[in-house]
Amino acid sequence: MLTDLLQYLVNGLIVGALIALPALGLTLIFSVLGFVNFSVAAQLTAGAYAGWLANTTLHLALVPVLIIAFLVAGALGVVTDRIALAPIRRRRSAQTPLMVAVVSIALNMALENAYRFSFGSGLNSFDMPIARDMKVGGIRIGLQQLHNLEIAIGLAVLLALFFSLTKLGKAMRAVADNVDLARLKGIEPVRLANLATFIGMGLAGVGGALLAIDTSVDPSTGSRLILLIFAGSVVGGLTSLPGAVVGALLMGVIGELGLLVLPPVYQSLTAFLAILITLLARPGGIFSGAAGVRK
Amino acid sequence: MISYLVFAGTIAGFYALLSLGLVTAWGQGGLVNLGLVGFVGLGAYASALLSGAGIPIWIDWIAAAAVSAAVGVALCFIVRNLRGDYLAIVTLGFAEILRLAETNEKWLTKGSDGISGIVAPLKDHLGDSFALFYLILTWALVGIVAFVLSWLLRSPFGRALRAVRDDEQVAAVAGKSVLRLKLQAFGIGAALSGLGGALYAHFTSYIAPDVFIVQLTIYIFLAVTVGGYTRLAGAVVGSLALVALLEATRFIAAVIPGLDAVQIASLREFAIAVTLILVMQLRPDGAFRMTNERSGLGASRSAPDACYGKKAILDDAT
Repeated sequence: MLTDLLQYLVNGLIVGALIALPALGLTLIFSVLGFVNFSVAAQLTAGAYAGWLANTTLHLALVPVLIIAFLVAGALGVVTDRIALAPIRRRRSAQTPLMVAVVSIALNMALENAYRFSFGSGLNSFDMPIARDMKVGGIRIGLQQLHNLEIAIGLAVLLALFFSLTKLGKAMRAVADNVDLARLKGIEPVRLANLATFIGMGLAGVGGALLAIDTSVDPSTGSRLILLIFAGSVVGGLTSLPGAVVGALLMGVIGELGLLVLPPVYQSLTAFLAILITLLARPGGIFSGAAGVRK
Repeated sequence: MISYLVFAGTIAGFYALLSLGLVTAWGQGGLVNLGLVGFVGLGAYASALLSGAGIPIWIDWIAAAAVSAAVGVALCFIVRNLRGDYLAIVTLGFAEILRLAETNEKWLTKGSDGISGIVAPLKDHLGDSFALFYLILTWALVGIVAFVLSWLLRSPFGRALRAVRDDEQVAAVAGKSVLRLKLQAFGIGAALSGLGGALYAHFTSYIAPDVFIVQLTIYIFLAVTVGGYTRLAGAVVGSLALVALLEATRFIAAVIPGLDAVQIASLREFAIAVTLILVMQLRPDGAFRMTNERSGLGASRSAPDACYGKKAILDDAT
C-alpha cells in the first residue's frame, strides 16, 4: 500500500514537472502583461511539433531538440502576440480583459487548426531510444521521465536566477509590480513584454516537447492540458514564479492521487475544482498570507 | 438548393438565440461567460433525455431552458466575487467539465456515441415540409425572445443592468441589488443557450459531446461582435453573417484542389478564428453600435470608448 502511494506520488511529481514549465510561462506572462493568455496551449503544441520535426527529420538529440522547441514556441508566441493580441490589449475599455481572453482563445483555435492542416490529426512520436524503467525500492521510474523532471527543475532554477540576479530580470519584476513606476525608471514596457512572452511561450514549448517525447504530439496536445496548466498557475497565485512550480507539482500529485477515487477520464475535474477552490478561498494562491500577495 | 438554404437558415436561428443570450449577459450586463457552449449542451441533453422518457416536446424545451438557467444562476452565484480574468478561466473550465461528464456518464448520455433518434415535433405529419416548419418555428421563437428582451432591456431592469455593467458601485449606491441583477442576466443568457441547444437536438435528432466544444462559443462571440455586442439587432444580424461566413468557407475550401477532409475542416475553423481576431481589432463595435447610453448627453460623446466609465452612468440615473 505504501509503495503504491509512493508510486502515485512519484508519477504525480513527474506529471507536475511537465506542467510546471507551461505554468511558469503562463504566470510569467500574466505577471508582466497582466492578462491571461489562453494561446499558451497552442504554443506548447508548437514546441512539441518543432521538437518532433527536429528529431525525426534532422535526427537531433535531446538538448538541441529542446532548444529548438524553446526558440520556435517563443518566437511564434511573440509574433502572434504582436499581431493578434497587442492591438486589443492597448484599448482602454471595461471589456478589454474579456476581449483579450476571447481573442487569445481564437488565436489558440487558429494555430491548432494550422497544425491540423499541416500535419493532420494523427499522433506523431519521436524517434528517441527508449530507456528501460528503473526500480528504486519497488517504485518504477522511467529514465526519460526522470530526465524530464531534472530539466524542468533546472529550467525553473535558471529562471529564478535570471529574475533575481540580472538587470533585465529585475526590470521584468518591476514591470510586473507596477507598470507606471517601471516606466518612470526608464524601463520600456513593450520590449519587456515581448521578452516575457518569448520566455514564457518558450518554456511552454519545452514542456510540450518533453511531453511529446514521453508520449506523442497531435494538434490538441496543448488544449487537453490547458486546465491542468491553469490549475498549476492559479494554485500558485498566478503572479508567483516559485508558486507556479509548486502549484504544478501539487496539481500533478493531486491528479494522480485523485485516480484512487476518480476514473482517469476525470483528471481535469480535479484541476477545475482546484482552480475554483483556490480562487474562491485564496485568490492570491496558496502562498498568499505567508509572504504577502505581490500583486 | 432550397432545402439547403432552409437548413442553413434554421442553424442561423439557433445561433441567433445563443447570441441574444450573450448580448443580454455580456453586452448589457458586462458578465463574463466563456462557458456558453456548456449551457447549450446542458439544454440539448436535458431536452433529449426528457423526450426520450416520453415527455411532450414543448415541456422538454421549457425544462431545458430552466435547467440551463438554474445551473447558470448557481455557477454565477458561486463565482460572484471573482474578477473578470479569473471568471474567464472558471467558466471555460466549467464547460469543459460538462463535456467530460457528457462523454463519460455513459449510463445517462451514451458517452461519445451520443444520443440518436431524438424525436422531432410533428415530423410524421409534416413529412417533407418539416424543415420549413422548423425554420419558421425557430425564427418565430427568435422573434418572440427578441421582442421580450427588447421590452425588458428598455424597462427599469435593463437600465439597472447597464448601470451594473458600467459601474457596480454606483449601481449599488443607487440602491440596486447588483448580485440579483447579475444572476438574472446570467440566468437569461444560460436559459437562451439551453433553449438553443434543445432546438438543435430536436432538429438534427442527434447530439454528441463533440458538438458542444469551445469552437461553438467562439462562433457565438464572433456573431455577437460582428453584429454589435450590446445590441439585440446585432445578435440577429451577426448570426446570419456567421452562417454566411461558415457556408462561404465551406464552398471556398471545396474548390481548392488537393485538400483532404481534415484539411478542409481545419481551414474553415482557421478562417473563423482569424475573422474573429480581425473583427475584434478593426470593428469591435460591430455593425450596430452601442446607442442606449447617448440619449442624455447628446452628440459630444461619439467616441466608442467614452461609452464606458463613470460618466456613462449619468443618463441611467436621471
